[in-house]
Amino acid sequence: MNKPKFRFSALTIRLMLIFLTLLCAVPFLIVFINSTHSSLDIVKQFNVIPGDSLVDNYDTMQSLVDIWRGFFNSVVITVPYTLLTGYFGAMIAYGFAKYNFRFKNILYAIVLISMMIPSQLSIIGFYRLCLKLNMTNSYLPFIIPGIANATTVFFLRGMIEQSISDSMIEAPRIEGCSEFGIFNRIVLPCIMPGVATMCIFNFVASWNAYMGPLIILQRKELYTMPVMISMIKGLYVTNYGAMYLAVAISVIPIMIVFAIFSRYIIDGLTTGSEK
Amino acid sequence: MQAAPESQARRKKRSKLDRGWYGYLFIAPFFVVFLIFGLYPIISTFQLSLQKWDGLMPAVQIGLKNYARILGDQVFYLSLWNTIRIWLGNAIPQFGMALILTGIFTFYRVRGKNFYRAVFYLPNLITATSVGLLFNLLLDGDNSPINQLLVALGVHGAPISFFMSKTLTSGLVSFVQWWMWFGYTTVIILAGTTTVDKSLYEAAMVDGATKSQTFWKITMPLIKPTLVYLAITSFIGGMQLFDVPLTLSNNLGDPGKAVLTVSMYLYNQGFKNFNYGYSATISCVLFLFIAVMSGFAYQAMRRKDGAYKL
Repeated sequence: MNKPKFRFSALTIRLMLIFLTLLCAVPFLIVFINSTHSSLDIVKQFNVIPGDSLVDNYDTMQSLVDIWRGFFNSVVITVPYTLLTGYFGAMIAYGFAKYNFRFKNILYAIVLISMMIPSQLSIIGFYRLCLKLNMTNSYLPFIIPGIANATTVFFLRGMIEQSISDSMIEAPRIEGCSEFGIFNRIVLPCIMPGVATMCIFNFVASWNAYMGPLIILQRKELYTMPVMISMIKGLYVTNYGAMYLAVAISVIPIMIVFAIFSRYIIDGLTTGSEK
Repeated sequence: MQAAPESQARRKKRSKLDRGWYGYLFIAPFFVVFLIFGLYPIISTFQLSLQKWDGLMPAVQIGLKNYARILGDQVFYLSLWNTIRIWLGNAIPQFGMALILTGIFTFYRVRGKNFYRAVFYLPNLITATSVGLLFNLLLDGDNSPINQLLVALGVHGAPISFFMSKTLTSGLVSFVQWWMWFGYTTVIILAGTTTVDKSLYEAAMVDGATKSQTFWKITMPLIKPTLVYLAITSFIGGMQLFDVPLTLSNNLGDPGKAVLTVSMYLYNQGFKNFNYGYSATISCVLFLFIAVMSGFAYQAMRRKDGAYKL
């Protein structure tokens, strides 16, 4: 008789995939369900159906700290940052893709190297810089670096080289269109899908950033969402319902973005890694 | 509009040369901002590692004293070991799981592949501080949802005080990191396999190769560059781990500093104890460690690659 060999049967595979799906989804479900229960309910039992304490939890949550303030602060940083990464990323990528100039390869190597630098390790220098520029308690240190987003440049340069032919640039140039006009009116609209993909990633990265805002923003009314979330445990003590609700509110925007754009996000991830 | 007498090709070449300097204009914003917000902080961090600075008084040059201190700093070694252990504890199962899923999605017709890919990837997008707090809420305390579940299932020893045990806390940080990253790793490896020519599989199958032989002999060598890339970026990210151990534990990496990572230690030294100089030194040493280890790993994997070809 042959030795029984281990093989994935269709059933094992299905069960494993279902188990992993539950493992990914259930923690979020518990958070959403518990955010509608009173703290007492949460401590007393394992809840599987939504409760009726959502409004109470909301009032408790808001009475201790204004979550929407953190939400608003995060938007104020994330939206301009994202727009800068998209516009300047495309512009810089276009410069590298379609012009020939001296030291181009060395300069591009600098862009690539800057992608590999573990940026969190220069946080002390970053803090000192912000002190010098008088930018502590300001959002500018988190918005301006959007201009120099190396990953976006890398990704969009590849896209421009593939999809924009030289004749598309030459024609308007002969017509007398300025170089920046060509970029704004012809190149940028053509590569918009790629710009949008990178913007989604940059949006998520900026929304989730924690250590930078934790260090630079010292006034409580300036705190971003992640900074607020990290302080919640000390603030709410045993108000579990309020804590679950705050976590739910912090998680929902990303879930909405993902629900709408998941195809673009996964495609972007996939093409980015193939290069 | 005047008609140019030169040939079309020459004209094109000249106009490109003429406008070449516009390239500098287009790329200038990157370098201006990178110099200020990217390069300056790096240089400044290195300078600070040779100084003593409390953030109020002017910084004082102290030479290599900070480096001498770090050599004998037991807490630094502990935090480095914690960081490496937590990384190994999530990277190994993460790559294992991703390879299993890659095998499944490559060799078996699974309905809803895109759905699974999306669901497994979702945790990676969620704010790490929220994820840390979320799992803390699910696990911490005798009445936490997970403990209620364990008690209901009659698990021996439940309710478990997860955050009283060093081993459990460290394991949980690894688990949460695994939970956040296995989907990402799977998506990237799967992308790597799509570049593998399908006819190679068919040829192997015709020759009588089993699925696992095909996987190890054809898929693995071809996705090796992807795996090397993932391993190195995972290491660089893992060595900077900060958000999850902070919010999952009590913000201090307790019990007994079991999940105090290097990044948490350098944050505490700088922004809680106001030893900015020493904090910068920790950054520099960790930077060196990451650079040297990544370099070694890259070389080792390339050499092995060469051996393959012989």
